[in-house]
Amino acid sequence: MDDLAQVFAEEPFFSGFSDAQLRRLAGLARPEVYQNGRYLIRQNGSADRFMLITTGHVVLKAFVPQRGMVPLETLGPGDPLGWSWLAPPYKWHYDGRALERTEVIAFEAEGLRQAMEQDHELGYRLQKRMIEVIAHRLQAARLQSLDLYGNPAGDLP
Amino acid sequence: MSARPRDPMLPRSYRIESVESELPGGEVFSWTLRPRGGELEVGQPGQFNMLYQLGIGEVPISISALGEDGTLIHTIRDVGGVTRNMAALSAGEEIGVRGPFGTAWPVAAAEGHDVLLVAGGIGLAPLRPVIHHVLANRERYRRIFLLYGTRQPADILFRKELERWRGRFDIDVAVTVDRADASWRGDVGVVTRLIERGGFDPRNSIAMVCGPEVMMRFAVMSLERRGVPARQIYLSMERNMQCAVGYCGHCQYGGHFICKDGPVFPYDRLEPLFDVREL
Ligand SMILES: Cc1cc2nc3c(=O)[nH]c(=O)nc-3n(C[C@H](O)[C@H](O)[C@H](O)COP(=O)(O)OP(=O)(O)OC[C@H]3O[C@@H](n4cnc5c(N)ncnc54)[C@H](O)[C@@H]3O)c2cc1C
Ligand code: FES
Repeated sequence: MDDLAQVFAEEPFFSGFSDAQLRRLAGLARPEVYQNGRYLIRQNGSADRFMLITTGHVVLKAFVPQRGMVPLETLGPGDPLGWSWLAPPYKWHYDGRALERTEVIAFEAEGLRQAMEQDHELGYRLQKRMIEVIAHRLQAARLQSLDLYGNPAGDLP
Repeated sequence: MSARPRDPMLPRSYRIESVESELPGGEVFSWTLRPRGGELEVGQPGQFNMLYQLGIGEVPISISALGEDGTLIHTIRDVGGVTRNMAALSAGEEIGVRGPFGTAWPVAAAEGHDVLLVAGGIGLAPLRPVIHHVLANRERYRRIFLLYGTRQPADILFRKELERWRGRFDIDVAVTVDRADASWRGDVGVVTRLIERGGFDPRNSIAMVCGPEVMMRFAVMSLERRGVPARQIYLSMERNMQCAVGYCGHCQYGGHFICKDGPVFPYDRLEPLFDVREL
């Protein structure tokens, strides 16, 4: 497990975490590999893991009636995958599918939530980092919805 | 070159050698232009020309490429009065050209640095001559990144060239779209997300950003968050223009004239103005 702690000590997401905190997190973590086309998460499935992508890309998709599975966002190395594990009802809102061979570090969510309760120092740090991620994603999603590249004069007749 | 300096207010006659539709429906098209007599006024990447259609009007359009055989390429989006009329012109017709005007992208200052080219929508066109330049002089630059965002897969410009650039191992090309259907296998999300992926040495990078102003504002925030200093971020600004040579004041932006002091500015000069509305 110390090897794993070493691996994610190098991830920007975990910069600033103490050695003790990294070791505790390592106890809840394992590496996972998904081949191209495999699902990492499924809409409505139990959000029982927190994943950090180390290599590869994952597309998040939502089901939209009449349109099928619509891609919403692509995530890549260094990106955490989802935050549904942080808040009830702990269910994924989207599908997440590997666009190529993808490696992640997966943390068992229940254990992570317990560790955050027991060790508030760790809980605070992790939540703080997740809030940064959520804030950036929210900003990006708002920008995405602005139709920035639309015609300045409105849609052409 | 003629001995006497040219009157910058006087358009020269150019012939439209060819028209290429860059997007389905022709909303964006490229003209290859050749001067009718005399030599081409060769511009630099980032500079623009005033293109004049007789009886209709004049618009500023950036240089999109310099043809190898004494031609000039402009890529134009049909958005309104003048550009709509231009979209109806065909090869063989005549157009007036004044220019080139304005400041250029810092291709010399970027030598020895990582180069980040961040483009949104039609903003890829003004950056295209930079891509040509850095690839033609590849050994002078460190890593090169082209980060391009657009609305949807059907709106991706210069597809064939993008494929060629992607096929090279000495430039990192990432394309992202705001929306896509299930058939799209590439990135989905705003272009700022590509910046956040990093891979470049922020302190030793020169970033050149071109696209809608809101996109540029967010791109600057992402670049700064990654550690790229404001003076190493360059933007190409747009305002309505008339004279293009600093006389009329139409393009005024705070204390700057976009036509003369710009259109390409280092961000540290724009920073105090950038969030002020109605400029
Ligand atoms: C330095 C510079 C370089 C440019 N390079 C290119 C280029 O390479 N390719 C290209 O297609 N366009 C470019 N433009 C923008 C182009 O000049 C305008 O789209 C054009 O002038 C619009 O004229 P129009 O008469 O067709 O539309 P108008 O009828 O004048 O305008 C139609 C609509 O577009 C809006 N609009 C007009 N100009 C702009 C603008 N600059 N930015 C945002 N919205 C605008 C108007 O508010 C209006 O809603 C550049 C502009 C500048 C200042
Ligand atoms: S367009 Fe006249 S001053 Fe710039």
